[in-house]
Amino acid sequence: MEGHIHSTESFGTVDGPGIRFVIFFQGCPMRCQYCHNPDTWTIDNSNTENLRSVESLLKEYDGIKEFLHDGGITATGGEPLVQMEFLTELFETAKKKGIHTCLDTSGILFRQERREEFDRLMAVTDLVMLDIKHIDDTEHQKLTKQSNKHILEFAEYLNEKGVPVWIRHVVVPTITLNDTYLKQLGHFIGGLDNLKALDVLPYHTMGEVKYENLGIDYPLKGIPAATKEQAIHAKQVIFEGIKERIREDIHKK
Amino acid sequence: MAETMAKAWEGFVGGAWEKTIDVRDFIQKNYTPYEGDESFLAGPTESTTKLWSEVMDLFQKERENGGVLDMDTKLVSTVDSHEAGYIDKDLETIVGLQTDKPLKRSLQPFGGIRMAEEACKAYGYEVDPEITYIFTHYRKTHNEGVFDVYTPEMRAARHNAIITGLPDAYGRGRIIGDYRRVALYGIDRLIEDKNYQKAITSGTMTEEKIRLREELADQIKALKALKNMAKKYGYDISVPATNAKEAIQWTYFAYLGAVKDQNGAAMSLGRTSTFLDIYIQRDLDNGTLTEEQAQEYIDHFIMKLRMVKFARTPEYNALFSGDPQWVTESIGGMGIDGRTLVTKNSFRYLHTLENLGTAPEPNLTVLWSKRLPKAFKHYCAKLSINTSSFQYENDDLMRVTHGDDYAIACCVSSMRVGKEMQFFGARANLAKCLLYAINGGVDERLDAKTGKHNQVGPKYRPVEGDYLDYDDVMAKYTDMMTWLAKLYVDTLNCIHYMHDKYCYEAIQMALHDRDVKRYFATGIAGMSVVADSLSAIKYAKVKCIRDEYGVVTDFEVEGDFPKYGNNDDRVDSIAVEILDKFMDMIRSNYCYRGGVPTTSILTITSNVVYGKKTGNTPDGRKKGQPLAPGANPMHGRDTHGAAASMASVAKLPWKNAQDGISNTFTIIPDALGKDSKVFAGDIDIASIREEMEKQ
Repeated sequence: MEGHIHSTESFGTVDGPGIRFVIFFQGCPMRCQYCHNPDTWTIDNSNTENLRSVESLLKEYDGIKEFLHDGGITATGGEPLVQMEFLTELFETAKKKGIHTCLDTSGILFRQERREEFDRLMAVTDLVMLDIKHIDDTEHQKLTKQSNKHILEFAEYLNEKGVPVWIRHVVVPTITLNDTYLKQLGHFIGGLDNLKALDVLPYHTMGEVKYENLGIDYPLKGIPAATKEQAIHAKQVIFEGIKERIREDIHKK
Repeated sequence: MAETMAKAWEGFVGGAWEKTIDVRDFIQKNYTPYEGDESFLAGPTESTTKLWSEVMDLFQKERENGGVLDMDTKLVSTVDSHEAGYIDKDLETIVGLQTDKPLKRSLQPFGGIRMAEEACKAYGYEVDPEITYIFTHYRKTHNEGVFDVYTPEMRAARHNAIITGLPDAYGRGRIIGDYRRVALYGIDRLIEDKNYQKAITSGTMTEEKIRLREELADQIKALKALKNMAKKYGYDISVPATNAKEAIQWTYFAYLGAVKDQNGAAMSLGRTSTFLDIYIQRDLDNGTLTEEQAQEYIDHFIMKLRMVKFARTPEYNALFSGDPQWVTESIGGMGIDGRTLVTKNSFRYLHTLENLGTAPEPNLTVLWSKRLPKAFKHYCAKLSINTSSFQYENDDLMRVTHGDDYAIACCVSSMRVGKEMQFFGARANLAKCLLYAINGGVDERLDAKTGKHNQVGPKYRPVEGDYLDYDDVMAKYTDMMTWLAKLYVDTLNCIHYMHDKYCYEAIQMALHDRDVKRYFATGIAGMSVVADSLSAIKYAKVKCIRDEYGVVTDFEVEGDFPKYGNNDDRVDSIAVEILDKFMDMIRSNYCYRGGVPTTSILTITSNVVYGKKTGNTPDGRKKGQPLAPGANPMHGRDTHGAAASMASVAKLPWKNAQDGISNTFTIIPDALGKDSKVFAGDIDIASIREEMEKQ
């Protein structure tokens, strides 16, 4: 089976634990304003040049595995869940070879009625990096053109299945850099027993040039990159939320 | 002698090293592997900080003065030519300068008087006319010797830069004396040994034997001169060092003798940190030394190494992109018995980058093994991120060939210390050779004087037609490489014969065994250009564009092709094929003095100059653009990330490039992983909850 793959990166150090082989999938239903990979949004079915087989991807992995200490494969994109069947086959084959698998996703395509499909994928997924764009649904829709309902459901689903999760959150000045929302986010993820790490990503403007090249207006024009200090602050606020939630849960008992 | 030895060696575990000159055996029996972390390290002492700021002031003055502070124009540098020189006598714990004043460049005409004159002229100095007269009338130089015997073909190849960077006008360097021997044995014991070697070099006086006897005589004289030089600083190094400070001082004197004697292209130090740790550890255990003092000695030693300078011409500096000395020191690695060779002193050497700040020299080189102690690996990684000031080499690969007491000369040339040496051989430009194959030995550039193309290589049939055919080009390229390999080796034979004759490295060779293994080093420039060019010819369509003389001087590439640096076998295999072929061609030629041929792919700096002299290439690279450094992929063509890029380089077989394969790798620290302040890994909700339930 073949999938539409945008590109691969052989030395991924920021997309999961260790040094990883990162596969960028083509296609995404979200339109996040800060997306730095707008070139992965659409799948052109007539384009056969970017088609890759599971075998060819794993062969590429084999060629560099000596360099990938404590790492594995990360599927990202785009939204890998768009090509669910291909993704599942990739991870199943990788797992057979003992490779650590990590899925970087927004969870947007999760549906309760698709649980069976997701069960099959999760059986071969070692780690999910769940990117929660915004905790507030109205704001989420403004930011991504989609509701966060299914995303939060996906988080609950992963918790229920006990799949290890890293929560990623991009801190954008004027949009998510907001103590109320950050605390609210912490409050939500504080309820996830499967949470293994929190990855606060300061928004950067490096994607802007891609928009220019693609001839798309950049929606966040003029918004500055988040500073390291802002990211550290955001992390602290989220932690406060996490603790608040845990405190509540203890009292409920 | 026995008594002084016994005193100096008190507390050491004895062995074969007591009977024969065998530093490795001494190290193996006496060193203390260290698996801990850097927490024991001491900061700079007050006098270190003061002394270093004085040195920094001198560096500043040197820059303000146009790059050179002062130069010798009359006194020819030899091992003991100068009176003692100091930076600040009261503060220095380790002493010794190349001349009588800090940063004053020495006059070294044995490699070539013209080079010495031009180096002076470039900075507004003039070599004393009497010296010039002596070295043009009475004393022949290496440079003169070489040009007496060069054939017209060799001159043309050199002039047109298909063979380039040759050590025919300057010192070849790349020899590492076992400077530790002076500390362990003292000069007298070493002279005794050399006398014995000379005595057993007897029998029928063949040319070879006569030469060896003369060289041994020169070595003995050099050792005596070294003793004399140390005496001027108030030290008697005829006997072994008795404590850590002396061991460092003796070792440094030996190295200093080498840089006073030779202005070599690379004057490397060897592998001294673990050796010296034995002395430091003994003194620490005796309670006669503190960690602060130990670090101070090392800081002062390293400071001296940072001050090593030579008089060189602007052209030389352009070739090497700066004014490098390649004072390479090899650190760490694993022993063949499985113990790590990392000691506390390995940390102390690296720690100088923190105590004195960063510097390109000495060229600290970590011999990296997967099995190095974790704490040492972490310290290396931390310092690399903070200083970007040292390099790594693959110990697991080199240990197999050289054992566990080898060191690196220059940037990647490995050799067993005191047992192996190298004839440095610059490099052949294989990218230009490809253009010669296409044009039937005609250089693609116009000669500045005649305005015409030079016929440099043999007049083989050039390619015909508009498009390049892979099989045709490959066949022609193979023929042209065969020609180049022979000419290259022959040229080097001339050079090394003359260097041995007129600029013999007596003090460095005095710190070697009598029967050394000599590596006959060659080098390759332009590997990635060749691989990509041949790939373009094979997988895309390459159209030739000829100039008014009918010489192909440009190319049009139609379509895409696999590029070296993406772990793509289609092109990587071409690079491997070319290397294997060229190495076998080198091997099939006669090499001077039983030299064992090797090659390297390591043009870390001179790739820029070589690129300037190379025309348009079929991979789309434009004339004058730099070649990639070493075995690196061409700039920006590796599009699949660092691991894929490194995987391509790693395919080149070291057995056919034993003199080293370099890969220059730059990465911003952020791209190496998450900032620990922003990224909160390892959250354990359950334990947070437990913690809070207790409250």
